Amino acid sequence: MNTVRQLDRVVIRFAGDSGDGMQLTGDRFTAETAKLGNDLSTLPNYPAEIRAPAGTLPGVSSFQIHFADSDILTPGDEPEVLVAMNPAALKANLRDLKRGGVVIVNTDEFTKRNLTKVGYEASPLEDGSLDDYQLIEVKLTSLTIAALEDHDIGKKDAARSKNMFALGLLSWMYSRTTAVTEDFLKKKFASKPDIAAANIAALKAGWNYGETAESFAVRFEIPPATLPAGTYRNITGNQALAWGVIAAGVASELPVFLGAYPITPASDILHELSKHKRFGVTTVQAEDEIAAAGAALGASWGGALGVTTSSGPGIALKSETISLAVSLELPLVVIDVQRAGPSTGMPTKTEQADLLMAMFGRHGEAPIAVVAPQSPSDCFDAMLEATRMALHYRTPVMLLSDGYIANGAEPWRLPDMGDLPDLSVAFATEPNGTDAKGEPVFLPFQRDPETLARPWAVPGTPGLQHRIGGIEKADGTGDISYDPANHDHMVRTRAAKIAGIPVPDLEVEDAGDASVLVLGWGSTWGPIGAAVRGLSDKGVPVARAHLRYLNPMPANLGEVLARYDKVVVPEMNLGQLSLLLRGAFPGVDVVGYNKVRGLPFTSNELQDALEEVIKNG
Amino acid sequence: MADAVKLDAPKLKAKDFKSSQEVRWCPGCGDYAILAAVQSFLPELGLEREKIAFISGIGCSSRFPYYLNTYGIHSIHGRAPAIATGLATSRQDLSVWVVTGDGDALSIGGNHLIHALRRNVNLKILLFNNRIYGLTKGQYSPTSESGKLTKSSPMGSVDAPFNPLSLALGSEATFVARTLDSDRAHLQQVLRAAAEHKGSAFVEIYQNCPIFNDDAFETLKNPDTRDEALIRLEDGQPIRFGDKAVVQSGYGLEVKGADEVDESDVVVHRSDVDDPAYAFALSRLSGTALDHTPIGVFRNVRRPTYDELVRGQVDQAAAGVDRGEALDSLLHSGDTWTVL
Repeated sequence: MNTVRQLDRVVIRFAGDSGDGMQLTGDRFTAETAKLGNDLSTLPNYPAEIRAPAGTLPGVSSFQIHFADSDILTPGDEPEVLVAMNPAALKANLRDLKRGGVVIVNTDEFTKRNLTKVGYEASPLEDGSLDDYQLIEVKLTSLTIAALEDHDIGKKDAARSKNMFALGLLSWMYSRTTAVTEDFLKKKFASKPDIAAANIAALKAGWNYGETAESFAVRFEIPPATLPAGTYRNITGNQALAWGVIAAGVASELPVFLGAYPITPASDILHELSKHKRFGVTTVQAEDEIAAAGAALGASWGGALGVTTSSGPGIALKSETISLAVSLELPLVVIDVQRAGPSTGMPTKTEQADLLMAMFGRHGEAPIAVVAPQSPSDCFDAMLEATRMALHYRTPVMLLSDGYIANGAEPWRLPDMGDLPDLSVAFATEPNGTDAKGEPVFLPFQRDPETLARPWAVPGTPGLQHRIGGIEKADGTGDISYDPANHDHMVRTRAAKIAGIPVPDLEVEDAGDASVLVLGWGSTWGPIGAAVRGLSDKGVPVARAHLRYLNPMPANLGEVLARYDKVVVPEMNLGQLSLLLRGAFPGVDVVGYNKVRGLPFTSNELQDALEEVIKNG
Repeated sequence: MADAVKLDAPKLKAKDFKSSQEVRWCPGCGDYAILAAVQSFLPELGLEREKIAFISGIGCSSRFPYYLNTYGIHSIHGRAPAIATGLATSRQDLSVWVVTGDGDALSIGGNHLIHALRRNVNLKILLFNNRIYGLTKGQYSPTSESGKLTKSSPMGSVDAPFNPLSLALGSEATFVARTLDSDRAHLQQVLRAAAEHKGSAFVEIYQNCPIFNDDAFETLKNPDTRDEALIRLEDGQPIRFGDKAVVQSGYGLEVKGADEVDESDVVVHRSDVDDPAYAFALSRLSGTALDHTPIGVFRNVRRPTYDELVRGQVDQAAAGVDRGEALDSLLHSGDTWTVL
């Protein structure tokens, strides 16, 4: 009988060749873990190359899951368990593993040839280099083939099920069931029952191997977390954004028009929305980024919710169109899933370095609203917020996601349909002014005095024919105007319209004794939160707040910042929010913590950095 | 075009399509003639004014929408086909027109033009070709003849020019035509055919810029030269002009003296020939020298339009779907779990 030990949390990383099915393995382990009621957070890591040579370092694909008996904020800094399907996976991931952590290796793959391929002169299983870790050697491939001897499939197909053997073994080790995955496999391979049966057999064989092999003295249990009541699902940021776009269409009662051009890491939004035309969603894969934005703007003029998605290089190309949308004062939601730049940079790696481009990356005075989701599931709500601003203020809105939350996943408590905000808008239907002769006319730039938004008169509306364009227009009539005073007025009015968009006040978490505030934005929410918790556990006082609205910023921001001696601003850029804060609030002592390694912050490094600032007063 | 367009007895008049804006092109600009021709043609669409949208880019010609009492956008240099694609795809009920120039459509916006044409978006694209950059005061354009002396090419342009119709045909355009600013009857006849075409209609209009490239098309207008240069294409008619005729030659077409050829060898024009090679050969009869320049409808074939295919997929998927209910079930699809 094995000993069962209780843990409160664990971080596991599955790593293998990109052909080894590690993403699926991770995904299934996640589904089982979710079913057990643990809180969790996951992060995949794909190779940049599409089909890197098998067994090489560039070909390594991994999936990390952090799960716990309490609510957690990140996929975990360091894995405590590494499953390495081959030498390349071991070599690429070992440096991240916690000292003393568990390494489970597929010894069948540790051949001389495979070792040489990644530059191991001697086998790390034998040369003592894993002495600091708990090494568990399993002949995953041969055990899987042996387990499937009675199945009517070839050796090669049998060997391919080794990821399910590994999943079964890990499921046993961490006391997960395999029922969810069995159902999944039956459905996935409904047309290939032989393959389904083989995978299920491999899964069970892995589970039974744990139960019987003597290598495993201990099993672990992680009790369920206490989470708010509700129905949950696991969701990535890109999926939540796509569903947010659909929900925005439902909530605004408008057809949705997505213009997009494929780009990593934003393409999944296009893929997802292309599957959901039943919601009245039109997706156009345009000839380029410019056309994608242009088509969305054209559709928006026609009365659709126009959305365009991209990443940094594509957003740069859309800049001209976004400026036109500023000038036309039409709604447009622009989604930037940021990646490491400049230029191609590191497309599969994360960064937050497009903030200043979102704020200022246009010609002329062209302010737009900017919002940033803080976690994968938050992308859904952020998209609804972006839509509210775009539709009601007739303006482009930039939504700044990034590669970390785009591909990362976490449980999401599903909203009730009744709780969707009402985003409906009224199109103009009647003339709103009179001409010199007293005849009723339509004035396309006659503004709502409260919001400063102009009427949205869609083509097809009788009597409201009008011409709009990029040339400066007279406020009210919309006629071409080169009048100096009018231009000054229009520039200031467009700016005042954006500055006047109401956003909620910034909320601060402060036990009351902190002199340092940590202020983040976007995807750093999880790591900062985990770091602040760590400090709080150690009794180190620190306040924290997170900016969701980058433009306009919350009205109470200056007052909040002024309360603290120092404001630490961690960003995955060289200090872009810091720059904005120093400009807007010159009296505030802003301390940047900046790294651009293409990786999310770890909570440990943030905790150390914050502690340093707090100690040094 | 607007699916339902039938060229009806006009209810509206040309003046109904004039906007309140003062027209501001240079005196003698060919754009005035085109504007007048379009304004007096539009009533023939039989559509209410609000069902018509004109979208332009940047350049002299792109001021066009401001002068029409329809819906209009004066947009960004080269981007009009992209913006119009979004509008036409999402709004079946509208008749969407693009007004562009040689720089706008063929230089900065070349990509959008060719892709609109290959997709066969239901747009009517009017390209005003004056072979010069007018608004920026006289640089050579992608249709300027090689050797052109301009401010930016004082020793002569070394660029090889585009043949706009060849480009459109190479882009899989389903409707390709050419006309002249000064020939109102012909211009309107071409507009009529373009309006009746379902899909992208590409119309090149030779347009005179009196300031920076005056008389560029004089060969086709001057009574002394035009008969020997201008070829009026008419469906079902043998292609003859002046004392010349067009015959097949090798893989293409050739102009010969009428007295040198048999009547049976003269090519009879058909715009509905499926193989674009014929229309392409027609487009190659003249270069920038305009020596043998066909005008009229080169190609007019049917192919499903992009916008109807896109709408068809959405309509099929969305039929009978309650969006709210469907969203709820989407959110609950796949693996979910409940915390009590």
